[in-house]
Amino acid sequence: MPAGAAAGVDKPVIEKARSGPCIAPPEVMRREHPDMLKHQRTITVHEGVVNAKVDLEKCVACHASKTTGSVAASPQDFCESCHAYAGVKLDCFECHASRPKQVGDRR
Amino acid sequence: MSSRRAFLGKAAALGGIAVAPGLFLFEPARAKGVTSKVRWGMLVDTTRCAEGCDACVKACDRENGLSGRAGPDDSQWIRKVELKNKSTGRTLSLPVMCQHCAEPPCVDVCPTGASFKRADGIVLVDRHICIGCRYCMMACPYKARSFVHYPLHDQKPDVPRGQGCVESCTLCVQRVDRGEQPACVEACKATGRQALFFGDLNDPQSEISRRMREAGAKQIRPDLQLDTGVRYQGI
Repeated sequence: MPAGAAAGVDKPVIEKARSGPCIAPPEVMRREHPDMLKHQRTITVHEGVVNAKVDLEKCVACHASKTTGSVAASPQDFCESCHAYAGVKLDCFECHASRPKQVGDRR
Repeated sequence: MSSRRAFLGKAAALGGIAVAPGLFLFEPARAKGVTSKVRWGMLVDTTRCAEGCDACVKACDRENGLSGRAGPDDSQWIRKVELKNKSTGRTLSLPVMCQHCAEPPCVDVCPTGASFKRADGIVLVDRHICIGCRYCMMACPYKARSFVHYPLHDQKPDVPRGQGCVESCTLCVQRVDRGEQPACVEACKATGRQALFFGDLNDPQSEISRRMREAGAKQIRPDLQLDTGVRYQGI
């Protein structure tokens, strides 16, 4: 068997986050982040809780690529590269901004 | 008796301890959530609203990332309506948007629970569970809702929107949650006319309550008994 086949497809590119530690260890985040986000979205939208620990805007702010400025604009970007590897459709960013908030966005 | 009382006292104390850690974990996140003590509303003073002025519409488009076009496929969260009474010739100009009803028909008809009213009276669409059936658009007597027909790009980080969902005025919920006024109200104030007022309808001391008390304010289609959060003065 050729070495390439044993290794399977290329591992996802995981670009280093911009700052500090994440809200949970990487192994927890890898497995739990969909549930965290799904749980939080209801609390935020229906109950108006903002600035919670789980916050998609904060994920994007930390994980946006330094080259594209986004988490899902290119196949190498943080969310996109892992989702492509896992074969899971990523539809958060059909509605949500995949780029961090800019200073001018507030007004 | 006294020993029984002492026992009950201890049991209550133990119960308190058991509950306390749960409450402690629970409180900080929800403490910031909205409550029904507040009911957000808007007052439109039609005597100050100028014909041809669309500062509120432009501000809404800018704040929420709308295209600004008014075609059948475009989202419009607020629009200016010019009225003329044919018998007297009196003309009126006023903005119409989601009226944030206390008894919203859109919520009644929504089959998935995506249309909902927040505790503070703001009527919203949870796009995560909206299936785009558009029953709410049919049910709304104010034609306040729009459907997103095409994929969108570069949405505002604070205002997620996307294809296949119904949407309408959110009273700029993202600004209200930061303690600011809706974009239309701010823009109207900037024109110097100040025809729009935003505030807490439940607070009798708020400016909006005071104005409504002194000058009177009507609902559009009060016969429907929807108890709208947007009220009009001078119609």
